[in-house]
Amino acid sequence: MTIEITNAVKCRGVSKVFSQGELAVHALTDIDLDIAAGEFVCLSGSSGSGKTTLLNMIGGLDVATTGEITVAGKRLDKMPMSELADLRLQHIGFVFQAYNLIPVLSARENVEFVMQLQGIEADQRRVNAMEILQQVGLTGMEDRRPAELSGGQQQRVAVARAIVSKPALILADEPTANLDSENSDKLMTLMRELNSQIGTTFIISTHDEGVMAFAKRLIRLHDGRIVSDEAI
Amino acid sequence: MSPGSQHTSWSIVFRIAWRNLWRNHRRSLIMLSAIALGLWGMIWMTALMRGMVDQMIDSSIKTLSGHIQIHAPGYLDDPSIEYLMPPLDESPALQSLLGTDDVVAWSQRIRVPAVIRSERDVIAVTLVGIDPEKEKGLSFIGDSVTEGDYLTSVDDNKLLVGKKLLERLETRLNRRVVLMSQDPENNIAERGFRIGGMFDTDLEATETGYVFAGLETVRKMLKMGPGVSEISLLSHDYRQLDPLLEKTRSAAPAADVKSWIEQDPYMGSMLAVMDGFVLVWFTVIFLALSFGLVNTLLMAVFERTREIGLVQALGMKSTNILYMVLIESIIMLLMGLAAGNILSWLTILPLKDGIDVSSVAAGMEFAGMSSTLLPAVKMYDVVLANLLVLVLGIAASLFPAWRASRKVPIEAITRVWQ
Ligand SMILES: Nc1ncnc2c1ncn2[C@@H]1O[C@H](COP(=O)(O)OP(=O)(O)OP(=O)(O)O)[C@@H](O)[C@H]1O
Ligand SMILES: [Mg+2]
Repeated sequence: MTIEITNAVKCRGVSKVFSQGELAVHALTDIDLDIAAGEFVCLSGSSGSGKTTLLNMIGGLDVATTGEITVAGKRLDKMPMSELADLRLQHIGFVFQAYNLIPVLSARENVEFVMQLQGIEADQRRVNAMEILQQVGLTGMEDRRPAELSGGQQQRVAVARAIVSKPALILADEPTANLDSENSDKLMTLMRELNSQIGTTFIISTHDEGVMAFAKRLIRLHDGRIVSDEAI
Repeated sequence: MSPGSQHTSWSIVFRIAWRNLWRNHRRSLIMLSAIALGLWGMIWMTALMRGMVDQMIDSSIKTLSGHIQIHAPGYLDDPSIEYLMPPLDESPALQSLLGTDDVVAWSQRIRVPAVIRSERDVIAVTLVGIDPEKEKGLSFIGDSVTEGDYLTSVDDNKLLVGKKLLERLETRLNRRVVLMSQDPENNIAERGFRIGGMFDTDLEATETGYVFAGLETVRKMLKMGPGVSEISLLSHDYRQLDPLLEKTRSAAPAADVKSWIEQDPYMGSMLAVMDGFVLVWFTVIFLALSFGLVNTLLMAVFERTREIGLVQALGMKSTNILYMVLIESIIMLLMGLAAGNILSWLTILPLKDGIDVSSVAAGMEFAGMSSTLLPAVKMYDVVLANLLVLVLGIAASLFPAWRASRKVPIEAITRVWQ
């Protein structure tokens, strides 16, 4: 008996070329990739290998130069902007590499932001946000603004926001970059729990061997190409 | 919740807009003050203009014209004794109209050119025969006698003379003067009067141009029949005279019926010029304001590119981002307007008794200005100025808001910038 696994993400022949003046930068070349619902994938590769670019394509934040990307059964290149926005809001949780929090909102309000756009009731939002902030170890810092938090604390708020509304797919770009190994392990454990308990699909980019240890599947990128793809 | 159902989450849009407003205190406060001062300038300027115009119109109406004047045809071209209206008992329609609620006050007058002679000088004036009781509240003469006594009846045989005219004639109260005019037969009519009262007005031309005596006294002096030169009447609002004008014309079809503005086209065009000036003034202030507003908002939007990119990436729709900037602008406008209204009120309130402009008024008397200027704050003007700033302000914010709602390149939030 075979169980049919629905693909959470499907990439076919995806390439991305940035033109910088006369120079063409091939950030991604001919990527074929299937990620099933419920997988826990790590993307590794040296700096400039194309991790962020790939995550952006899958998240519908950038458009592939050639190739097709399908997320949750929908072709992203065929979607208008507002539908893409809705797909991101309802379906995908993001942790960005460089800039994550709205400066004028407190940690709790940042976590509530996505839930608010989703139309979740204020009481429910608050309960969820407090709970998740506690899980990422930020109890007592709920009312601080991003500027009053350290880089690692900000990153944990961003992870909290990405997972709080339990989206089907979470794209996390170096979520542990600013964390010590203890906090990094805690965060990874939390994500793994979420993955095994409710089947959230994770794609996490990282440089960190410690993080890769949590992966169920490890994909290595080099110069915009997949050089290895193995289940662990 | 299904995709495509993102609603506008006003509470988050408001919260971010409100906090964004206070991120750059200094910039926001400058903009708020500019809006407040702009509104203040608009309200003040119109209040002064309206005050001036009201005063000019009021003094023109009070001088003798009333809101509506009725004459015999031909009188206005040649204001002499030849053109008289039949007595009121002969036109019952007009008489009953004058008794209606539309008419606040009215009076009949005889008004002829004359010459006044003292021991020292001879000066041409207009002799006006009045019903002293009925002139009260209708024309200035009813409350402008500052020395001596006002006339007591239509038979009063004393004369009221203006302050300036007394000086020119080099005579005083209670002295005698002689008035000369023409009777209906073109003979010289002459009569001596004792000066019973002196009147004082803001207008030199009025003080030197008119002398007043009892209606019947003048009638006897001129040996004339029962007719009068004019009927002047006052209604409620000088801007809304058309219905009454119609009624008066049909009640006195043979007469020449004119509103104050038809009688004084100079005043009418003055009014139009003032309105135009107010509009130009509003436009200038508003252009300056909107320039600042657009600039401030664009600067803010530019500074916030990264976070705008972030909320877009998280799935906030562009319309919500547009609202975010618009609401920030609307809050700023509303607060600025509130401050502007309070400021206007605080600065105009102490001046409700008028501003002393006697130092510059001398040159403006010709136009009917008096030496104190009463700022006239009209609800209509205040509401108009507020609405104008608000509506056009929002319109001006549309461009920065639209800029914000456009897609931000994703590198803004996913690349680590060196
Ligand atoms: N907007 C852009 N314009 C030009 N080149 C770009 C742009 N974005 C990415 N690149 C290039 O594409 C390549 C892949 O970049 P990407 O950011 O995906 O790498 P990465 O694997 O995420 O690196 P890091 O580990 O440093 O985050 C790099 O060579 C980068 O310089
Ligand atoms: Mg990267």
